[in-house]
Amino acid sequence: MPPATEIVTLMVNGDRREVGVPGHYTLLEALRYGLGLTGSKQGCDKGDCGACTVLMDGEPTLSCITPIREADGRRIVTVEGLGTARGPHPLQDEFDLHGAAQCGFCTPGILCSAAALLARSTNPSREEIREALSGNLCRCTGYTKIYEAVEAAAARMRDNG
Amino acid sequence: MLRLPPFSYHRPATLDEAVSLLGEHAGDVLPVAGGTDLIPNMKHRLFEPGHLVALRGIAELSGIRRENGCLRIGAAETLASVARDADVKKHVPSLADAAAHVAGPQIRNAATLGGNLCLETRCTYYNQTAFWRGALGYCLKKDGTVCHVTKVGKKCVAAHSADTPPVLMTLDAVAVLEGPRGRREIPVRDFFVADGIANTRRETGEIVIEVRIPLESSSRRAAYAKLRQRNAIDFPLLTVAVSVDLEDDGSTVRSITGVVTALGSRPRELSGWGEVAEGHALDEDVVWELAERAYKQCHPLENIIVDPDWRRAMVPVYVRRALEKLRA
Repeated sequence: MPPATEIVTLMVNGDRREVGVPGHYTLLEALRYGLGLTGSKQGCDKGDCGACTVLMDGEPTLSCITPIREADGRRIVTVEGLGTARGPHPLQDEFDLHGAAQCGFCTPGILCSAAALLARSTNPSREEIREALSGNLCRCTGYTKIYEAVEAAAARMRDNG
Repeated sequence: MLRLPPFSYHRPATLDEAVSLLGEHAGDVLPVAGGTDLIPNMKHRLFEPGHLVALRGIAELSGIRRENGCLRIGAAETLASVARDADVKKHVPSLADAAAHVAGPQIRNAATLGGNLCLETRCTYYNQTAFWRGALGYCLKKDGTVCHVTKVGKKCVAAHSADTPPVLMTLDAVAVLEGPRGRREIPVRDFFVADGIANTRRETGEIVIEVRIPLESSSRRAAYAKLRQRNAIDFPLLTVAVSVDLEDDGSTVRSITGVVTALGSRPRELSGWGEVAEGHALDEDVVWELAERAYKQCHPLENIIVDPDWRRAMVPVYVRRALEKLRA
């Protein structure tokens, strides 16, 4: 007998979405295969690499090891919800300007971790940025351009008050 | 892509409900808090329970407060909240330090103190996909009969790999468990057994509900040092927790404790430290002698893919680093 489908209500990127998925799905599987939000990446799929990071009630969360029922009724922000094509999040803009993404696989998770940091403080030290991104692996760029992009985004957010 | 095996997910609102759910589905159920340990293990088919009982959302398991001369930490408090809690930082800073150095930020946002106490032991030959394990004929700990670490032994030597238990041991903490037969308390010192397959005294159906740390231990100086390859994400290759009580003169050691873990299946309380340090100041000679004693007692195996000789050589180095923090 195939596992029963459950209806879970998620507040995804500001929208109330209902998704029917097997009860043993993870939040990541519901986002990618239930809602077509493929921005969050399925990397190691066991909580090591951070590519699946989304914000759950504002906290960076590994969606690949979050049982879908734990996300029921919670506020989820994925990389798709950080900005729009016309109005990107300052982080997205600065990652572009700084060449902070190469293959791009880790980028959605890093943007979510960085967005949570900048929501707490728009004046983080380099050490605080390193700490906030320490659960996200990048295997292309090294982290220097990523840190510089986060610092530039923080500066821009300070200037815009 | 690693899929979870099917299960029914229960979200009880109370502790009583959780305990009875565990009883009702006995033999085919596991409790899950943050899930950062269990969910990957389920993806690797190390556990395939038909039911999971979620502990997040049970009010009785949350909260950090001072109570009856103890700091009481609910077992479902996340490592992130333990690490940033003002009382933890003030009274037992080595615990805040250990919690802050577990894995990475996202893991700490979900992983709990109770879960860290009950962390499944880890081994190169165990924490792998079913395909990988099957290719090697499985291992003693799961589905097989041979230990690939010792080759001959009939005893599982998977490594206890949790950061907070050694610190809790040096702080005389007590774990409180609730189960079908009621509530009981176990000093964290006595919580672990040297069996890589099941290394705690927690019985089936029991839940760790809180950890109590006597506040008199807050006059104690305690410190923690951790070896790992990267400064985030990785499990420890070695951790050292130390604590010292000083005489009223502020320099003579009254008592001293050291615990080393991530080598064998349970945290090892170092022996022979009292005779070296008690009645003396914690000067450099004493520190080096304590480190030497630690080295002699620690014999890491290749249960983690990192050279055991190097891990052993790091024992005195990290013991000295932890003790230096006490002297600072």
